[in-house]
Amino acid sequence: MTVAEESASGRAAGRWRARYLFDRERLLGPAMMLPAVVYLILVVAYPLVLAFLYAFSDVTTGSQSLHFVGFRTFIAAVQDPVFLTTLRNTFVFTAVSQLLVVVLSTVLAFVLTADFRGRWVVRLLVLMPWATPVALSSVIWLWMLDSIFSPFDWFAQVLGIVPSGGHIVFLGQSGLAMGSVIALQTWRVLPLATVILIAGLSAIPADVKDAAEVDGAGFWRRLFGITLPLLTPVMTVALLFGIVFTFTDMAVVYVLTGGGPGNATQVLASWAFYKGINGGNLAVGAADALIMFPVLLGLAAIMLRLASRAEVT
Amino acid sequence: MAVTQTATKRGRTAVYLLALAFAVFAGFPFLWAALTMFRQDSDLYVTNHNPFTLTKPATLSHITDLLANTPYLRFILNSVVIGLVTVAITLALSLPAAYALARLAGRWGEKAGIGIFITYLVPPTLLFLPLSRLITTIGLQDSIWSLVIVYPGFTIPLSTWLLMGFFKSIPRDIEEQAQVDGYSRTGAVARTVIPLALPGIFTVIVFTFTLTMQDFIYALAFISSSSNLTVSVGVPTVLIRGDVFYWQSLMASAIIVAVPVALLYNIFLDKFIRGFTLGAVKG
Repeated sequence: MTVAEESASGRAAGRWRARYLFDRERLLGPAMMLPAVVYLILVVAYPLVLAFLYAFSDVTTGSQSLHFVGFRTFIAAVQDPVFLTTLRNTFVFTAVSQLLVVVLSTVLAFVLTADFRGRWVVRLLVLMPWATPVALSSVIWLWMLDSIFSPFDWFAQVLGIVPSGGHIVFLGQSGLAMGSVIALQTWRVLPLATVILIAGLSAIPADVKDAAEVDGAGFWRRLFGITLPLLTPVMTVALLFGIVFTFTDMAVVYVLTGGGPGNATQVLASWAFYKGINGGNLAVGAADALIMFPVLLGLAAIMLRLASRAEVT
Repeated sequence: MAVTQTATKRGRTAVYLLALAFAVFAGFPFLWAALTMFRQDSDLYVTNHNPFTLTKPATLSHITDLLANTPYLRFILNSVVIGLVTVAITLALSLPAAYALARLAGRWGEKAGIGIFITYLVPPTLLFLPLSRLITTIGLQDSIWSLVIVYPGFTIPLSTWLLMGFFKSIPRDIEEQAQVDGYSRTGAVARTVIPLALPGIFTVIVFTFTLTMQDFIYALAFISSSSNLTVSVGVPTVLIRGDVFYWQSLMASAIIVAVPVALLYNIFLDKFIRGFTLGAVKG
């Protein structure tokens, strides 16, 4: 169906419905949406408002009532010597892993859209890190990295990096521990970005590529001159999702390092959990979590702008 | 001509090499875990032999130990019950909402659709503390039903968005023809739209279910006794016992969940992508 036909039938249908169902439809639409909207208000919007109230109060798990203390809770949260470390770690964790994801997922998306034997096996394997519940894949990584029977130790021994029987302490040194957490997150988010990019690649009209090829543009020229620029909006969506998921994630850190050694891999999300649930200080935990809010708001705003600009037909 | 041929050949080699590299990167942890679950203890606690082969015969004893002597099956049962009830609640609320967004609403519907989707971007990290107090207030702490109540908060936005896409892809004419033929709107929807949207609905069921299994933070915050834990929290908190790591059982516990979930995921992925991008198409 062409666009003209579609809109014509849409107009005709509109007139038809306008005549017979107009009165009812005005109510029917909102009525059908109401249950979902009310549910989301109760379990998402209301708790979000509460989180703000908590962050300006002195509430703990045991307290019956909460008293508003202004910015005192925020100041206490920020003045905690660990806070700046967690803030820095959160940004490093997010920035490095998502940078790697952007580069790797672009290459991987091109590989998976190429035609080769055994592609479905590669696709299945590549998807597994995203499909597997994050806590379970973190347990697998724990076994790869934490034990003295690590397969990486064997590689290191074969390559002569460590002596026979030697062991690399991945999770006990701050630099390597951060590297491990970033590697796990990159591994896990890569499939999501790749899948989104593949959808974007397949949406690029073939005649655009053909025309460029006929004009004699070589592979690299076509890649940087045509494909990548056309892919940028989709890439932005993939990146935004990746950032939201990584910035607010605590499972990877909680299972793999517990925030350690010391607090070398502690991120805002895991810190908020330790403070709020393990420590019982809901107010400080909420304040720690809400420090992320401006960043998330910015990401959501970019996403909204993209959505309103994407007039896909 | 010859130049193009060598170029294509080089391109093909590059594709195979890259595909192999990515397959190893993504798959190696699972291979390592799958080998581990069959190892005898005397084969496991050796630091210097090749980790890619079993040097002793494979054993199933650690898997039977996992199933018989740990709460693992209980975790699985909890996760399945929570997942299924969440799927039911999600469908009950998002099917009508998605239909309304795709069919009944004009301009404001587009805005409302994006609004619902934006709630998906509010992460559990911001909500788990107030929710844990609310859950305690209504007396559901340490109960699997606390998770059933909370999970639709992130499954409804995603499934509404997907279903909206699938509904939009069904031509209005079919439904209107049925109404012309004398069916009520409800009758027309039940007879035409729902059957045509079934593959999409099935996709939403699969992805909603796997999404509930991903949760870590809510289950960790709300549930304390091991008999009520989900698989995602039970394995890392209860099965890792003190300083003794039962690695073979642990790896089995991860692989037993990961493989079927990944297969399901792989089967429905193309439909998922279609629904996801269709949601952005104007109706």
